Amino acid sequence: MSTQTLYLIFFGGLFPLMFLGYILGRQKAIVMRSQGIKMHSQPDQYGWFSALYTGLPIIMIGVCGVFLYLFGFRAIPASLLVAASLGVGALSLALLIKSIKASTKARDLVEDLINGMLIGASLVSVLTTFGILLSIIFEALQFFKMQSFFNFLFGLEWAPDTAFLEGAGRADAHAAEAKFGAVPIFAGTFYITVIAMFVAIPVGLLSAIFMSEYASSKVRAQVKPFLEILAGIPTVVYGFFAALTVAPLVVKVCNFVGLEAQYQNALSSGIVMGIMIIPFISSLSDDVISSVPQSMRNGAYALGMNQAETIRFVVLPSAMPGIIASMLLAVSRALGETMIVVMAAGLRPNLTLNPLEDMTTVTVKIVEALTGDQEFNNPLTLSAFALGLVLFVVTLVINIISVSTIRSFHRKYKVSTL
Amino acid sequence: MPNDKNYFYIPQIKKRNQKATLFKATTLLAIIFSISFLIFFLVDIVRAGYPAFTQTYIQMDVNINEEVVENPYSALKGKNLKIASRAWLRDLPNLIKENPSWMNTTQTLWVLANSEVDQYVKGKESRTHERERVYVDELRADGKVERKFNTIFMTTGDSKIPENSGIYASIVGTVLTIIVTMVIAFPIGVMTAIYLEEFAPDNRWTQVVEVNINNLAAIPSILFGLLGLAIFINFFGVPRSSPLVGGMTLALMCLPVIIVSSKAALKSVPSSIRQAGFGLGLTKWQIVRDHVLPLAMPGIMTGSIISIAHALGETAPLIIVGMIAFVPDAATSFTDASTVLPAQIFTWAGMPEKAYLERTAAGIMVLLVVLLSLNAVAVYLRRKFERKW
Repeated sequence: MSTQTLYLIFFGGLFPLMFLGYILGRQKAIVMRSQGIKMHSQPDQYGWFSALYTGLPIIMIGVCGVFLYLFGFRAIPASLLVAASLGVGALSLALLIKSIKASTKARDLVEDLINGMLIGASLVSVLTTFGILLSIIFEALQFFKMQSFFNFLFGLEWAPDTAFLEGAGRADAHAAEAKFGAVPIFAGTFYITVIAMFVAIPVGLLSAIFMSEYASSKVRAQVKPFLEILAGIPTVVYGFFAALTVAPLVVKVCNFVGLEAQYQNALSSGIVMGIMIIPFISSLSDDVISSVPQSMRNGAYALGMNQAETIRFVVLPSAMPGIIASMLLAVSRALGETMIVVMAAGLRPNLTLNPLEDMTTVTVKIVEALTGDQEFNNPLTLSAFALGLVLFVVTLVINIISVSTIRSFHRKYKVSTL
Repeated sequence: MPNDKNYFYIPQIKKRNQKATLFKATTLLAIIFSISFLIFFLVDIVRAGYPAFTQTYIQMDVNINEEVVENPYSALKGKNLKIASRAWLRDLPNLIKENPSWMNTTQTLWVLANSEVDQYVKGKESRTHERERVYVDELRADGKVERKFNTIFMTTGDSKIPENSGIYASIVGTVLTIIVTMVIAFPIGVMTAIYLEEFAPDNRWTQVVEVNINNLAAIPSILFGLLGLAIFINFFGVPRSSPLVGGMTLALMCLPVIIVSSKAALKSVPSSIRQAGFGLGLTKWQIVRDHVLPLAMPGIMTGSIISIAHALGETAPLIIVGMIAFVPDAATSFTDASTVLPAQIFTWAGMPEKAYLERTAAGIMVLLVVLLSLNAVAVYLRRKFERKW
């Protein structure tokens, strides 16, 4: 029997059984109540009770079966498992209906089960974080078994091409040894992030000041959608734009002033990434600036400051922790940005300070190592997970710092948006 | 102004006010910069993309006989063969099958031009030979060249022949992926929000979950791709490149957005409604199911639609789980190899042929229209159902 028909039988048995449980449980409670017996709960709660507790063992057995199969334990045929789960379900249905008494606390039992289900759902997000962490660490450890950790973090040369041959067992004694020194990659990531911040921080912060201090509510309502559109454009589209329009423009301008630029350069991807981050910074800073209490502004006006002076000497300094935190969040966003750099920054690890040359980033190398058909036994593929581990740790630390800063800032001014 | 008459006269006031005006102008400039970039960007994409919605067809005499069914390239001769699309010729035997009466005749048909000729007709850079250019110009003077609406772009999948490639397969893949994403992320996200907002006691564990959700929202999307690859594909054996694995990966990525917006929506329902429910003897779950959740639904829907829009444009994690494979045919099930629209855009952007450029931009136009209309729906829902308590 194919897997699909088995699933069909499983769910085809599950839902009618649960429905039957609802009808029978409710019916029995109605009959009992009509005989004048005082019941603990309402009839439909007995219905829910028998439906949910009929479904529970069926789903439990089904999930256990799926896991047994995944871990390679296949002694019990799948069709038997489905039959067993449905049989147990039918049995528990009969027992439940029989056991319904006036004292059965159907209402409380239903509530407990639902509470359990909700806790289960909230576990998923926690499990996701652990899943990311474990999957990355597990594969990264494989990598560090083959390559030294020290060389990876501090090596100056990234030349992994021969690693593929080693993995395939065709290593040549004369071939150069693969080198996994990630410093050029970290440097490229850092450099492009810095360029992006040079664009995003002034524009984003000034926009936020305009939106929160100068703009009337009418102007705000008209301008905000534009910034939201800017934030909603997919990164692959920005990447295409960087490669198609911005990079040739940069090359043309450079040629005009007598500089030589490559078509894949760090500058164009940095600029476009900065523009992508503008709405991010401006909306976060907008929140922070708006939460500075009006009394502080009024105090400054009373001392004879004009509006610009109030903003520069009173509002911004008191909003500074929150603004810095939002910039940190933007930095972590830029570090993890993938599509723009994949499409416009280049693939060559290049340790240089010249923004007109091509550079590469952590995310580009991850994408490069994991596209195409590769086995998981060679260091080139596994290096993606080592790079991913670094990215994860760095962004996590930045996020924790900035989120806690923003929170304490909002607590200071008794406003809570995060 | 004589300063002995105005006691409030400050000598620096003029300079200070000038500085203030300058500061205000700078902030205004920043906004204008962002908006003008947006306009420049949209104009640039539309300018690059709109030619892809038409395609050049040329009227030619096509010889149809038994040999053509075997070898379609023999249907055209000389210059005509050079300017016609190979994809159209390959499909010719099917066309003959549909029209058996054409056998052993010469038909005058509108033949799809190849991409280089198409680019030349559209007035763009093209690698067509000088002789063919002259020939095409002659045909054009005779009115035998026409640009028709490009139905191929909307009805086919990817192809190595530019004029035969379209976005249909990737749109089907996107729809399947988003279905999986929503089926997983929506219930789990809403249930988590209900738990955290209505059921959870305020203890250490709840705080851990909340902090964790905030962090999850800021983890780079590509790391979700690594999770999908290592756990879903390598560990659980979900088929690579399938909408199933792509949707599961995106679902985990969407969860924080849905949870946070659902929590905000639940929070905005006033507690008097809950108190009334308790007063009538309802249980917590009955109150949530029958009263709080329906009232919070518009807010939850708005957040979910925004997260769908977010997932629709996401590319990086899907590349990692293999959804950039070359897939000419639309997927028919959740486990078929498939691609999605943003990944298709990425693949085309890397193609050397110039003809793919306008298709990339046209694909982007389609994607942006979908995203913008989703956002518009979200804004509409928010405006329509927003309730001040």
